[in-house]
Amino acid sequence: MNRKTITGIVLLGLLAVLPPIFIATGNAFYVDLTTRLVILAIAATSLNLVLGYGGLVSFGHAAFVGIGAYAVGIPAYHGIYGGGELIASFNGFYHIALAVILSALFALITGAICLRTKGVYFIMITMAFAQMVYYLFISLETYGADDGLVIDLRSELPLVNLDKPLQMYYFAFVSLLAALLIVRTIVRSRFGMVLQGAKGNPERMVTLGYNIYLYRLAAYVISGAMAGYAGALLGNFTTFISPDMMDWHRSGELMFMIILGGAATTLGPLMGSAAFIVVEEILSHYTVYWHLPFGLMLIAIVLFARGGVMGIITGKDKS
Amino acid sequence: MNKTLTALLAATVLAGPAFAEGAKIGFVTTLTTGAAVIGNDTKNAVDLAIAHLGGMAGDTPLEVIFADDGFSPETGKQVTDKLVKQDDVDFVAGYLWSNVLLASRKSVVDADKFLISANAGPSQIAGVLCHENFFSTSWQNNQTPMAMGEVLNQLGVNSLYIMAPNYAAGKDMVAGVESTFDGEVLGTDLTKWGADAQLDFSAELAKARASGAEGLFIFYPGAASGAFFRQYDQLGMKDDLPVYSVFSVDALSLPRFQDAGFNAVMGSQFTQAWDPTLDNPANAKFVADYIETYGSYPSFYAAQAYDSINLIASAVAAVGGDMDDKDGLRAALEAADYESVRGDYTYGNNHFPIQNFYLREVVEDEEGRWTTKVVSTVFENHQDSFASQCKLP
Amino acid sequence: MDYALLLVQTLNGVQLGLLLFLVASGLTLVFGILDFVNLAHGALYMLGAFICAWLTLALGNFLIAMVIAVPVTAGAGYLIERTVARPLYARDHLDQVLATFGLILVIDTMVHLVFGPEGIAVPLPAWLNGQLDFGANVILPTYRLLIIGFGILTAFGLFWMVTYTKIGMLIRAGASNRTMVSALGIDIQTLFAFVFALGAALAGLAGMLISPITEASIGMGNNIIITAFVVIIVGGIGSMKGAFIGAMLIGLIDTLGRSFLDTIFALFMSPAAAETSAPAISAMLIYIIMAAVLAVRPQGLFPPKAR
Repeated sequence: MNRKTITGIVLLGLLAVLPPIFIATGNAFYVDLTTRLVILAIAATSLNLVLGYGGLVSFGHAAFVGIGAYAVGIPAYHGIYGGGELIASFNGFYHIALAVILSALFALITGAICLRTKGVYFIMITMAFAQMVYYLFISLETYGADDGLVIDLRSELPLVNLDKPLQMYYFAFVSLLAALLIVRTIVRSRFGMVLQGAKGNPERMVTLGYNIYLYRLAAYVISGAMAGYAGALLGNFTTFISPDMMDWHRSGELMFMIILGGAATTLGPLMGSAAFIVVEEILSHYTVYWHLPFGLMLIAIVLFARGGVMGIITGKDKS
Repeated sequence: MNKTLTALLAATVLAGPAFAEGAKIGFVTTLTTGAAVIGNDTKNAVDLAIAHLGGMAGDTPLEVIFADDGFSPETGKQVTDKLVKQDDVDFVAGYLWSNVLLASRKSVVDADKFLISANAGPSQIAGVLCHENFFSTSWQNNQTPMAMGEVLNQLGVNSLYIMAPNYAAGKDMVAGVESTFDGEVLGTDLTKWGADAQLDFSAELAKARASGAEGLFIFYPGAASGAFFRQYDQLGMKDDLPVYSVFSVDALSLPRFQDAGFNAVMGSQFTQAWDPTLDNPANAKFVADYIETYGSYPSFYAAQAYDSINLIASAVAAVGGDMDDKDGLRAALEAADYESVRGDYTYGNNHFPIQNFYLREVVEDEEGRWTTKVVSTVFENHQDSFASQCKLP
Repeated sequence: MDYALLLVQTLNGVQLGLLLFLVASGLTLVFGILDFVNLAHGALYMLGAFICAWLTLALGNFLIAMVIAVPVTAGAGYLIERTVARPLYARDHLDQVLATFGLILVIDTMVHLVFGPEGIAVPLPAWLNGQLDFGANVILPTYRLLIIGFGILTAFGLFWMVTYTKIGMLIRAGASNRTMVSALGIDIQTLFAFVFALGAALAGLAGMLISPITEASIGMGNNIIITAFVVIIVGGIGSMKGAFIGAMLIGLIDTLGRSFLDTIFALFMSPAAAETSAPAISAMLIYIIMAAVLAVRPQGLFPPKAR
């Protein structure tokens, strides 16, 4: 185990024990903050599968998160206000299944088109599809359009009550552990090897007889489904779902988290989102103009610290 | 690394809530993006209100914490959550934008805090979503355009084209003017709003002109009004399609119009619940001190923000600073027993003011600055039409 | 069918298209030759608008202010090239996207701090502030016609430069074969810096041109940058012709969509629903076009011949 892995495991350990301490010391807000962190880490982990390991720079992952959130919001909306009898429900399993299936489906359809392109065309076409979804939800008057959707009731699941902040948190935390495990398993499988091989040397993989298009598409669909799941959690957590969640800035932030923590490492996205949330929280505490130091930091990290912030802190072992 | 992170987390934990004696007010407004010009005006007014009160409500010190909503409902809700959970404020006030207020409402009322809107007045919160802990020191969105619709009837305007931003308040404004206007509405355009709002209205203005309407009703608060009036002027539409606006010409835009030599706005009329010339002692003091402190006329946003702090202070003083006495605070807020700059008003069952609406006109003051005066009273003691949908007694 | 309205809206669309072309041409040059993804191109658009607006108020003349502001913006572009862009040429697109994303945050906030949040209204000389009446309800603001004229002139200027001058030859050569240019003994660094500054000047010019209409405002660049990317992706990265045709296509679709889509929608849905959904759907239209183009031609309409 290198220092970076140790750092990541320490961070996971902190995340496992800190929230009850926050509650006990009267800092309930920090439970919110860590919940947000954990959910974003799931989304970043899903993006890392295609971006980090697959070398596919998707600039539209926020769309999957948004689809997942609306998959919770729309059935809940109909459950509260009536109408749409076919989809109205508070059942958490139904919400999550809907989020995962719809985002996977969206990933399948758009991925099939996007993966025909390469390089910067891929970056831009993924963004274009995300913008389409963004404007689609802006046009849906029933579901709040630009103003977003406030849901007064969360998904109902057996054993956990998502209205309780700590239970919400641990539900997200366990989901994160599962997501990390899934990505780790995928990456170490033959499938993952082909995906990574196609990143470095696609011609070679083709020569070896692999249809890298299909491998990439499969990875893209898995990644989209996971991001959709993160969206379902986010919708439940904030109880406010708006097209803003799918804005291209949000996709950019997810990419930033990965770079911050180190791409193509299991725990990198988690460390990146932790650093992102903590820095944002500290900077915005001091000034409303926190975008300025934040932007400077972003530039400096890209220019001078290629292994991400964690690369600096943990010293030599840049991957 | 682990040390660094633990240190950071420890630092944030230690910087946690400090239990100060007194009443805490969180004030949510827009301090970044172009809309910060409005937010800064409300912040100035809050500072002035606190200065006038000497920082005290009776014997209880007042503390205000400002938060930036970034012109976005999502950010607005996040900062509201933080004010409620981390800063443990007693009141959350402010809210320029209806969509931000709608997104944040639940966070405040679920925590049994008081929510005081100093501007936004979405129809939902006046009606089905009304709450005993919500109070407004502004108006319900539909009321001001309803007054404008009445004015249009009096002026004999027979047909109207409508342009407004595509968000909660924009839709309320459209509904409001349509509810009182007797003539025909020939077309409506709702344009993109928010930090990436649409500012080029060429296509919409061309449609408005081609519609053959007798008047153009608009609602473009903040910076968008400058862009709108500029393009309206460049198209030379003043004579064939006069514009009737709400919340689009204010003390923030008028100095800019004057600097840019935009004479078309002189003499234009619009409706509002407040005007700097309203004759009452509180208003005279507010306007004079505001001009002295900040060098320009206060806007209606400032007036409402000033009122919100004074309303809160009156309630805090009434319960002697006992912030746990929620029922006492609520009763004191309902009484609206303070010197409002719009004059005395009462609260309806949904806690929106029952108040007058005036027709205002752009004029030049004795020092040559562009400002407004009251032309007439359109509605007296007007109550919004959603109060009946509110279940509160 | 109201033909006068259709004509006016078409001209509005052409004006938007030309403005987009100014932004997109700089972007496609930087992208095509330097292989550099500059998300902050929109920030330069905003910077140009603010510098020109401030100078207009200081000097009292919009046109003089513009003459000064264009080279100043080019200078700002040069500065960015030296500090942020140059070290990133050899990196992958992801790093470039992130660094220039950071640059947007920095420039937006700096402009807020320096010029204030309210933006700047730019007064026009009286002869530009009027409108021309062509009869039959076709009335257009003089200034928008000026933008059309200016845009066409710049477009021709750019084509001439790229096609007939030595620097244009280098640019074309650079777009298709970078090593060849270096082999010719041309200082590639100077060429890159020039192209970057030129791109900044073009973006700044577009910002200056639009500011008397929409005012110089914070975040104005973020609105246009994504659209400009759509334009060059549709047109084919590095292709000036592609940028022009893409810009016209997007400008017309956007404007005509905003003008007529709600009428069309009202045929099969309630007017209220049409009013709200039409603007969003017309905003979606340009992305639908882009996805459709890329689905058929993964390198855009006019891909450069060799890369």
